[in-house]
Amino acid sequence: MAAACLIIHRESLILNMAIFQQILFILTLGAAGYFIRKRVLRIRSNILLGKKNEINDHKSERLNNMLLVAFGQKKMFKRIIPASLHFLIYVGFLVINLEVLEFVIDGIFGTHRIFAPYLGGFYNVLMNFFELLAVGVLVACVSFLIRRNILKIPRFWSAEMTSWPRLDANLILITEIVLMFAIFTMNASDQILQTRVEHYIPTGTLFFSSFLIPALQSIDTSALIIIERFCWWFHIIGILGFTIYVTYSKHLHIFMAFPNTYYGKVEAKGHIVNMPVVTNEVKSMLGLAPAPTTPAEPGRFGAKDINDLSWNNLMAAYSCTECGRCTSECPANLTGKKLSPRKIMMDTRDRMEEVGKSLEKNGPGLNDGKTLLNDYITKEEINACTSCNACVEACPVMINPLEIILELRRYVAMEESGSPAQWNSMFQNIETSFAPWKFSPSDRFNWSKETGG
Amino acid sequence: MTTPTMAELAAKGESPDVLFWVGCAGSFDDRAKRVTRAFVKILNATQTKFAVLGTEETCTGDPARRAGNEFLFQMQAMSNIQVLNGYGVKKIVTACPHCFNTLKNEYPELGGTYEVIHHSTFLQQLINEGKIKLSDAGSFKGKKITYHDSCYLGRANNIYEAPREVLQALDADLVEMKKCRTTGLCCGAGGAQMFKEPEKGKKDINIERSEEALATGASTIAVACPFCMTMMTDGVKNKEKESEVKVKDLAELIADSL
Repeated sequence: MAAACLIIHRESLILNMAIFQQILFILTLGAAGYFIRKRVLRIRSNILLGKKNEINDHKSERLNNMLLVAFGQKKMFKRIIPASLHFLIYVGFLVINLEVLEFVIDGIFGTHRIFAPYLGGFYNVLMNFFELLAVGVLVACVSFLIRRNILKIPRFWSAEMTSWPRLDANLILITEIVLMFAIFTMNASDQILQTRVEHYIPTGTLFFSSFLIPALQSIDTSALIIIERFCWWFHIIGILGFTIYVTYSKHLHIFMAFPNTYYGKVEAKGHIVNMPVVTNEVKSMLGLAPAPTTPAEPGRFGAKDINDLSWNNLMAAYSCTECGRCTSECPANLTGKKLSPRKIMMDTRDRMEEVGKSLEKNGPGLNDGKTLLNDYITKEEINACTSCNACVEACPVMINPLEIILELRRYVAMEESGSPAQWNSMFQNIETSFAPWKFSPSDRFNWSKETGG
Repeated sequence: MTTPTMAELAAKGESPDVLFWVGCAGSFDDRAKRVTRAFVKILNATQTKFAVLGTEETCTGDPARRAGNEFLFQMQAMSNIQVLNGYGVKKIVTACPHCFNTLKNEYPELGGTYEVIHHSTFLQQLINEGKIKLSDAGSFKGKKITYHDSCYLGRANNIYEAPREVLQALDADLVEMKKCRTTGLCCGAGGAQMFKEPEKGKKDINIERSEEALATGASTIAVACPFCMTMMTDGVKNKEKESEVKVKDLAELIADSL
């Protein structure tokens, strides 16, 4: 009798909890959706601060790049150890998120493991596969923490890796570890509850989480339900919270890598973006085209601030996950110069965020007296670039720091005439002697009369 | 050695199969001029119908563009394109990867579209066609050569194999530096760095790269770019290895073995 009472009591507890939980879940989902939407719109308008640049060529090549480089992680595998570890997290993220679908349906409708009855024995296979992937994620995250904090791989400790970028990286790894533990604890308590409470649908043995069963076995049923529910809530709130956090973090690459590889450069890396405004002026100066009847818009040559860069350069800044492969290959950085391609991308993003935040509060935005050039990136940095494309080659998500460096140099050269003195001499030599060195143009063919091969 | 100019050929109503674009370094820099003459020797030996622009050639504008002076670049480009189109040039070969990249990738947008090939690819084609017969190739047998990738050939234009195949024709023992092909380290001269002092740092880039090249134990460092030539030669001198280790352009190595 007492036992029956207890069962009825527990059933009603679960039932009452279910309605309360459904309402709470829908509210949580709505709140998360609100914040995520707000952030997505902010990031979108930050990117659109950049100049228009229509990219609708080479569609199949672009799609191919996105599939191979973003989806297939092709460029990651140039460094096999971090690539393999990263692949574990990547696959885990993609597949385990299928389980989140079940979480959301269960949460809204107050069901429990809604897919289990439909999938039958396959549900057990699927859950075990998810647990295997979760173990992979755990191994990778722990290894990454060790690489960052104990082995202190140099690219994670260079100058631009100040306390926030380092903390950001560690927070993400720790969050992922905690989330995986929540799944295991939830599955372990669920398996015990399956033997005690009817509401808990049998899943069959879940291999990895079953190792936690002995530790939970002695806990009484009500407490175990609370633990199971706590882990469920912790996991789903964790995932929603993580999604919001990601939009403020370097971790945004998990989404941005896809558009960034699609809109990445398809021309030869040596090709520099043309400036049609200059072409028109030069043509009219050389008498190759009539002078434009309407004066051209007083635009800026090159880039001083983020709004002078193309939108796709700004999007690239949001795609950067600060891995530092670019900087570790940069000849200028390797030999102790201040230039770091990663810093170029981080600065571009930080400036965008600063302007965006100001605009959100109806502040001065771009007119706050600061600019990307000088306040974030110095001339010393951009002048040190050899345009060797090592950074572009190294980036696993096809970011091109060189394009930004070049636009900044264009501003300095054409708007400020502020290039290094030796470059100004070189310009002068080309103008007067048609060669970067001061030689007489009439001596250009003398080599044919000299000897020595 | 004969070096016909476009103007001379045009006067006779002729046009060459290929224009040899010499470049500013190849025209004025003493060391690069030797490479230019070596390449002309090969063109003559293979009976290639070629011509140069002579005094009509001017800077492609590459260093101006890379230093940010787009006006100057486009002024140079437009006037060069006028000359090239005026002669009806279809095919260009050049020993300078910077000229190569600019002519090939950046002139088309400004109205100058040509078939542009770098001399490493050109030499590889001549070897494959059997037009270059190396009589003295044996002299490299058993000797180590290392090849320094030019950024503007390699990463910029994906040309990694042609220069290596040219070197293999010499029957030499080709040894690679730790950083090669897609991860090759720049010599430090690209992006108009050739024309100014480097920024403050721990080391000059060409010293770093020369150390890597010397570490291979090769007696010859092969290059395919006049700027790399200057930087690597200076680096080897800085390490006081110039008597044991020679820096040579692909064209010189082939011309010497003809």
